[in-house]
Amino acid sequence: MTYLAITDLQKHYDSYHALRGINLSITEGEFVVFVGPSGCGKSTLLRTIAGLESSTGGSIELDGRDITEVASSKRDLAMVFQSYALYPHMTVADNLSFALRLAKVSDAEIKEKVRSVSASLQLDALLERKPKELSGGQRQRVAIGRAIVRQPKVFLFDEPLSNLDAALRVQMRLELARLHKKLGTTMIYVTHDQVEAMTLADRVVILNAGQIEQVGTPLELYRQPNSRFVAEFIGTPKMNLIAANKIVRHEDNLAIELLGQQILFPAKRLKGPLPDSVVVGIRPEHMTLVEEGGDLSGRIELVEHLGSEAYAHLQLSSDQTIIIKAPARTELKDGQEVSLKIDISEIILFNENDRVISVIPEEA
Amino acid sequence: MTLNQQRKLKTILTGLFAWSVALVLFFPIFWMFITSFKTELQAISVPPSLFFEPTLDNFRIVQERSDYIHHAWNSVVTSFGSTIIALVIAIPAAYSMAFFPGKRTKDILLWMLSTKMLPAVGVLVPIYILCRDYGLLDSKTALVIIFTLMNLPIIVWMLFSYFKDLPKEILEAARMDGATPWDEVVKVVLPLSVGAISSTALLSIVLCWNEAFWSLNLTASDAAPLTAMIASYSSPEGLFWAKLSAASTLACAPIVIFGWFCQKQLVQGLTFGAVK
Repeated sequence: MTYLAITDLQKHYDSYHALRGINLSITEGEFVVFVGPSGCGKSTLLRTIAGLESSTGGSIELDGRDITEVASSKRDLAMVFQSYALYPHMTVADNLSFALRLAKVSDAEIKEKVRSVSASLQLDALLERKPKELSGGQRQRVAIGRAIVRQPKVFLFDEPLSNLDAALRVQMRLELARLHKKLGTTMIYVTHDQVEAMTLADRVVILNAGQIEQVGTPLELYRQPNSRFVAEFIGTPKMNLIAANKIVRHEDNLAIELLGQQILFPAKRLKGPLPDSVVVGIRPEHMTLVEEGGDLSGRIELVEHLGSEAYAHLQLSSDQTIIIKAPARTELKDGQEVSLKIDISEIILFNENDRVISVIPEEA
Repeated sequence: MTLNQQRKLKTILTGLFAWSVALVLFFPIFWMFITSFKTELQAISVPPSLFFEPTLDNFRIVQERSDYIHHAWNSVVTSFGSTIIALVIAIPAAYSMAFFPGKRTKDILLWMLSTKMLPAVGVLVPIYILCRDYGLLDSKTALVIIFTLMNLPIIVWMLFSYFKDLPKEILEAARMDGATPWDEVVKVVLPLSVGAISSTALLSIVLCWNEAFWSLNLTASDAAPLTAMIASYSSPEGLFWAKLSAASTLACAPIVIFGWFCQKQLVQGLTFGAVK
């Protein structure tokens, strides 16, 4: 059942159209991540839900109540900011209890709530400290604690981990996932980091230029993107895209000519009519090196060893460079000529408008 | 010369320079101070007498002739009163301009500052007439109103530039925590700005305390603050240097002592932009 419903939400800044008709419904208890490149409107969307930005059209409904024009303080949402935004003049305990004190909760209840939240976030020993005496990770915990203690209807997170170092970020990510499991409260999370999006989200909302590009589970977005934008945005390293101009129908297959060599693509996976040209999308992990008889060949330009795996940058005959995933102990050398086999079941076709025109095979 | 010696010499030279500037600045005050302990004759003697028997006569005469306490009280009431009123107006004004700027916020700020470019004497006649018609001549009310208006632009500017540097997210966090605008100002903005507000207040008090133009023109005796009292010692019968000095010393003393106690706040406040 829909818990938070956003209908045709618009946001104009003077001449800039930041949100162009956002429609989204979120069910109770869901962990939804807004992701997209900078300037796509993900933070604006979150801040508009929070009421920190006013909308210029459309509506937001939370738990059956229209909150479009309600003040932030009355929306019953809690937010964790990128900069943590702790109150510098208050101790950790006062930071945690600020909202409760504003809501005139009884002292005994405040004490109990602060105690239980600080215990669960390992903040007990820090309650009397001021924010400036805390480390980045501790501040982050206080910011999260300040949100939890209120038991809001929805948690909003605005890139909460981007100020932390890499190791701490992974750890906090895990803690957030645990927290969501434990509390079961609806969470909306903004990030530009697709790894955070993929690992945390029940559903990911990909935004581009003020519009929703696609909504889906992380795996759906990875396997069934509906546009080139989504396909390129999800996955590291990026999906390889190779243009193909010659396509012939060959009984049950399409013969697609890729740089002089043909690959056969099952015709039943094509949506719509046969196009004149397509862009073939192949992820680095869906190609394997073969001794001979590959679908593509090229020269190794550079090999990046990541320890657990390696990525080889391959220069094709068209001078285009693609990336392939190779085993960790690969013996590939710069300048070596190699041949590649493409996993046909994993390729995605795009038309000239960058929309996807192929479907994922059923059994896979 | 070794590098170390050069460095030492540099320190000594800067020290000497700083001290001479300080002495030049301080000398008139020092001279005023010692003159206030001289007799009128000693005060005008050439060459000036450095060694003399100090006397407190001048202070006694000043208190007898012009009731120092009365004028000091007027100064306290007008400078503190107008500062408090100005702060009450300026804090919400600076808050709204810093956190909810509109298209014309910059223009408003500039316009406010531009009122300080007008020479005060330019509006003397209209203000004098207004005060006369409303029966406010020689009243503390008139001075409080004028001082408030006089310092309001500076106070709004100082608070605005401080508020603007406060991280916006902290206020947004408060809003998300359920704070009304009133809670936001009282429980978050004000506690975070104690230093800035007190140094702004101090500056305003000093400016009011030392204000002479309006005090002289709008008051006679009842509401005359210390600056007007000092001026009364420059009379047609001639200058009484020693008494003038005594009056000036008495006028300066409270604010200097007050400023001395607030020194820490003042320095902190004047550099608040730099040390965030």
